[in-house]
Amino acid sequence: MPPLQSEAALGQSYNSTASERLTKHAADDLPSGLRKEKSALLIADGMADREERKFAEVPRDSVKLMAESVGVELSDDIAAMLAEDVCYRLREAAQNSSQFMRHAKRRRLTVEDFNRALRWSNVEAVCGYGSQDALPFRPLKEGELYFVEDREINLVELALATNIPKGCAETMVRVQVSYLDGKGNVEPQGAVPTAVQSLTDDLLKYYQQVTRAILGEDQQLMKVALQDLQTNSKIAALLPYFVHVVSGVKSVSHDLEQLSRLLHMVKSLVQNPFLYLGSYIKSLVSSVMYCILEPLAASINPLNDHWTLRDYAALLLSHIFWAHGDLVGGLYHQILLSLQKVLSGSFKKLPLGFCFLTSLCVPLQAVERVLFPHLSAYWSNLQAVLDDDSVSNAQVKADGHKVYGAILVAVEKLLKMKAQSRSVPVEGSVAVRERSFPGLSPPQEPVSEPGFGIASHLLQGVAGVPAEEPVPVPLPVMYRELYAFFGDSLAVRFSTGPGIEPRASRAAPPQPPDSKKEGMGPDTTRKMPQLTASMTISPRQDSSPRNEPSLPAVQNSSAAPSRFQRSSSSSLQRSKPPPSKVAQRSAGPPREVFQKSRFPLPPAAAPFSFLIAGRQTGRRCQGRRFQTSFPQLHPPNPSAQPPRGYAHKLPVIGRMGKPVKRWVCSQYSLHLPL
Amino acid sequence: MAAVQDGPIEPEPENEIKTETSNEVLGNPGDASGGVPPTAPVAAVATEKPAAAAADSTERQTLLAVLQFLKKSKLFESEEILRREAGLLNEIGDSQGSGAGGAGLGGGGGAEPESGDASSLLSRVAGAAATAQSANATPAPAKVTPVVTGGEDQPDVNVVLAAYSQQGDPVLYPVYYSGLKRFIDSVLDCHRAELSQVFYPLFVHMYLELVYNQYEKEAKAFFDKFHGDQECYYKDDLRILSGLTKKEHMKGNETLLDFRTSKFVLRISRDSYQLLKRHLQERQNNQIWNIIQEHLYIDIFDGMPRSKGQIDSMSGSLAGEAKREANKAKVFYGLLKEPEIEVPLDDEDEEAENEEGKPKKKKPKKDSTGSKSKKQDPNAPQQSRIPLPELKDSDKLDKIMNMKEATKRVRLGPESLPSICFYTFLNAYQGLTAVDFTDDSSLVAGGFADSTVRVWSVTPKKLRGVKTAGDLSLIDKDSDDVLERIMDEKTASESKNLYGHSGPVYGISFSPDRNYLLSCSEDATVRLWSLQTFTCLVGYKGHNYPVWDTQFSPYGYYFISGGHDRVARLWATDHYQPLRIFSGHLADITCTRFHPNSNYVATGSADRTIRLWDILNGNCVRIFTGHKGPIHSLAFSPNGKFLASGATDGRVLLWDIGHGLMIGELKGHTDTVYALKFSRDGEILASGSMDNTVRLWDAIKAFDDIETDDFTAATGHITLPENSQELLLGSYMTKSTPVIHLHFTRRNLLLGAGAYNP
Repeated sequence: MPPLQSEAALGQSYNSTASERLTKHAADDLPSGLRKEKSALLIADGMADREERKFAEVPRDSVKLMAESVGVELSDDIAAMLAEDVCYRLREAAQNSSQFMRHAKRRRLTVEDFNRALRWSNVEAVCGYGSQDALPFRPLKEGELYFVEDREINLVELALATNIPKGCAETMVRVQVSYLDGKGNVEPQGAVPTAVQSLTDDLLKYYQQVTRAILGEDQQLMKVALQDLQTNSKIAALLPYFVHVVSGVKSVSHDLEQLSRLLHMVKSLVQNPFLYLGSYIKSLVSSVMYCILEPLAASINPLNDHWTLRDYAALLLSHIFWAHGDLVGGLYHQILLSLQKVLSGSFKKLPLGFCFLTSLCVPLQAVERVLFPHLSAYWSNLQAVLDDDSVSNAQVKADGHKVYGAILVAVEKLLKMKAQSRSVPVEGSVAVRERSFPGLSPPQEPVSEPGFGIASHLLQGVAGVPAEEPVPVPLPVMYRELYAFFGDSLAVRFSTGPGIEPRASRAAPPQPPDSKKEGMGPDTTRKMPQLTASMTISPRQDSSPRNEPSLPAVQNSSAAPSRFQRSSSSSLQRSKPPPSKVAQRSAGPPREVFQKSRFPLPPAAAPFSFLIAGRQTGRRCQGRRFQTSFPQLHPPNPSAQPPRGYAHKLPVIGRMGKPVKRWVCSQYSLHLPL
Repeated sequence: MAAVQDGPIEPEPENEIKTETSNEVLGNPGDASGGVPPTAPVAAVATEKPAAAAADSTERQTLLAVLQFLKKSKLFESEEILRREAGLLNEIGDSQGSGAGGAGLGGGGGAEPESGDASSLLSRVAGAAATAQSANATPAPAKVTPVVTGGEDQPDVNVVLAAYSQQGDPVLYPVYYSGLKRFIDSVLDCHRAELSQVFYPLFVHMYLELVYNQYEKEAKAFFDKFHGDQECYYKDDLRILSGLTKKEHMKGNETLLDFRTSKFVLRISRDSYQLLKRHLQERQNNQIWNIIQEHLYIDIFDGMPRSKGQIDSMSGSLAGEAKREANKAKVFYGLLKEPEIEVPLDDEDEEAENEEGKPKKKKPKKDSTGSKSKKQDPNAPQQSRIPLPELKDSDKLDKIMNMKEATKRVRLGPESLPSICFYTFLNAYQGLTAVDFTDDSSLVAGGFADSTVRVWSVTPKKLRGVKTAGDLSLIDKDSDDVLERIMDEKTASESKNLYGHSGPVYGISFSPDRNYLLSCSEDATVRLWSLQTFTCLVGYKGHNYPVWDTQFSPYGYYFISGGHDRVARLWATDHYQPLRIFSGHLADITCTRFHPNSNYVATGSADRTIRLWDILNGNCVRIFTGHKGPIHSLAFSPNGKFLASGATDGRVLLWDIGHGLMIGELKGHTDTVYALKFSRDGEILASGSMDNTVRLWDAIKAFDDIETDDFTAATGHITLPENSQELLLGSYMTKSTPVIHLHFTRRNLLLGAGAYNP
């Protein structure tokens, strides 16, 4: 008999399956017709109260299929009877197996329990399902098929694997005084046990060496140590210790250097394919969150570039979400909640929240749900800060500009996403969609890439299905509202953004139609004057990425946003008109500009490509690609053009000078290659 | 409250009780004798000839049944003759009617060969004039079966099931049922609760009859229509039933067999019962009346009907409540006198004990220090009732240690709660299935799902094995420290693994002298391990199915085991076969505990009952019902007087062993209670559960509150005070670790154990 997939048959309410396909046919199975007459005399004709049936059923067709697979023809009657019998036997075995679970003092029924029940009832056990992990049970959309995913395993690879995870820790007993005289102890329960096991001398030595190297002075040594941490397959036993080390972030909040090293350590741990982080991930996430959200002691000194650290931490967090979305699923919502709290709180915490938000870069839905409703409330806060020219405010103000940039980026993505979700249903055909995608979606693409787990799963549907937010605000309304806040700086983004991607990603011949280019011309020229001031610093900014060709993904992407934000804030400082004025001045044009962006436009202003790259915080190496395609577009003046293009994108407000030194600083701390 | 309700109870008519008792003995002797499998009806009592005068009431009933049969078969002459010979002429109707629940099945069946088929039927419907129709319509040849099964070990499934061959119009079943429902809904409130007890067994048996007679659709409809009416605590059984739709399935179904082999016991007051009987007879509702007579045992009492709360607290087990007779036997729950040991010890400890003012709670072992003339506990069994092993020198030393520790013991109470230490098993990967501590808390052992047993030393003293034989021959056997010398330092380690089982180890127990360890496993064996050599000494094979629990006697030597085969076995370490087999539970035995005086064992079962067995004669002396889920933990109070039990329903129930009563209900846990333990002096009860908490309860208060009114002793009807919250002294979270074992050290420090479960 073909092995019946036990779990499916037991706990779950949908129809049970065999490892071959069983179709869902409960309805055909029994003469239906559920009547609930009061008269008890009318029950003679058969009825199956399907609502009452909450247990698994094996349909008759499945039995027939199975019979056919072994070469037996069954009549309907026999198949039906067999099906019923199989159901009964399955349930009986399931009930028996629950005893084994209870006596093993577990909450979860395992395949092993079921097999024991089978064995004791003289039935052959079902082999091949002993995995500890849950087996994914998948539906197939076409034709109501359900099956257990059964991936092929390359035995050769498995057998020849050199990096077999070792160090499965020895079972041990650890004692701890939980309650003295019946009084509760204050430390939070459910925490990770601090010391999990006794270590072998080797491991202990390794632990000491690695932590010393990572936190020590020698850069080279640190790189080696981090690299090893990322690839070593035998350090499972040390995981709690490393997690403990990382959880020391609070004690070094004055030392950016140490903090970033700890974050590097987190990254290595997260990326180590041999480690199962399990519940430790919570501890890691909370450490990273600490770096993002808490007012670090180091941030008091304006010379300390804590923003870089926060950016890095935020990217790391998004990476964790991507790589371990299964473990941190619940945390995600928790983080959104805390973000919301930050938003509604005082300004003091605001920038942190936003920095985090944009760098996380994925939750566009979250942007709409969390940020948008609160925008007006804190806008006034922000405005006040930005308008205050006093010296004492300088530091806060600089932060404020960063927030401004961050919001802008977030809002832009939000709008684009909405625009896309709108345009697709309208235009319908696949061809159109294909066309519209590249044109519109530069910021979209990074999110739908598998790289950013949660969001990608949230957003993958965007192309076909409109976004699922509870109360979708119509796009024009939203745009208008946002425009009131951001003015032209928002409009500019939409006027320019669409053109670039196709060339960059498709490597199409980089010759934009002239007409379009000219069409775009007025926009750019119109904005030009505001941007002149920033020209001086932009070349340097732009050149920096080129000097470091290959960076690990997270590093690279983390570098990008910070660079952008920095430049944006620096330009902010030079342009005079306050945002509200801009809004009033150009209330008309942005709308039409935005209109353009809703439809696929042929590639337009090439110079802007780098900007896109800069904003694509989450995308791996994408920035680099844009960058390299750039010179081709403008052979005559590669060095001069990009900065101009970049400058175009800079927000139009901001009046304060920004120390260049800081930027250098950030580059250093950000790009410690591992 | 309840005392007022049940206070004025007139003594029951003596003959009435006799009738019931004797009937029951006939019908189901296994329950009463305990040592015999319950499913072997013994029909030998029945008289061979009807002419043998109706000496006792059983025979009399048999006779009446025969008479009625003759009448129905139109054999008037024979009837006349028989009647004359028996000397009873006109008594038929009423005498039968007063026979309470006594069906007299077994006896009736054997009365007369040719009438065997109908006799049981007849007796069931005694008094009802309209039986002819049903009796005639039913050939019911299988009815003779109870007669032939005597002496068989297992119930013949077919025979058991054949009782369902009862014919009746399947269409009418729902009518009958809802008719009865209407009637019960219409009776006075005070009777309704009692009569509602009938619903569940009736429902089940009617359903099974339909299934047996292959009215599949009708059965399904019947089930769907009425299963919602049943009490929620039967839902597990109902789920099993709902899957059962074919006659063929009935044969292998254990739950079903339980239903058939044991009568469902109901306790109903006489008034309510009369009401029910009258109704059924008026309506000539034979179908239901038959079921009540045949499958139910109605334990009738005189006095006030019980309230819904009283009923609910006692019901919930697989086969209804315990019969009152089942708990009447005398239990010697007192503690044995400890042997005199000269200890250089001052009497502080003694005085401290006396302050408590509860002489019964005092441990007799304290006696040794004080007056030798101290009398033995009147409730204690004779010292030699169960032969116990001689104390060795090392045991005496240990006792002295114990007493010294006891002087430093913390007095616990609501104001001074114990400190709790938690032993967390790390990296157990969900595999920890059992834990035990030694009495002196120096060793801890764990049983694992990977078939291993591991022993850890929790003191700095490492575990050492004995040297090999060759090395042993070299040591000086006369030296003072020979016990030290035989140990092999090279083997010293903090933990030892014991390999031998071939399935998960579900139960584990240290011997009191710490020389041995017992483990039981899914592989159906119990193993005895030496903690000197860390090897397996014996594998006890006797169980045929997984063994769920085992425990050493507090005096060593004996141990008890129980498992899936529904019997508990008593073993001695030097016998490879069990000394006693305790049979009577209707489902798996899930936990086993020795009474502190080693004369009794308690077993908890998946049939949701607890039984107390006398080791001396193998009798079941107590049946406790009231749990609504399989019982997974038991604990005797140190004075031997009380028993606490915990089940999957998260409730802890307290029982008075002497009176055979439930005396308390502790609600609070939200998941299975896997661990229960009384503090050394019995002041505090600690319970540990899957819900990751340890809870402490005020045991003294719980027992005192109830001891004040002992009216219940007479009736067995209890009204539990709703005082769980007052009794709860504290609730303590672990670090995501289910609590599977609890232990009080000799100084009353509470130790918990469980596997960290991330």
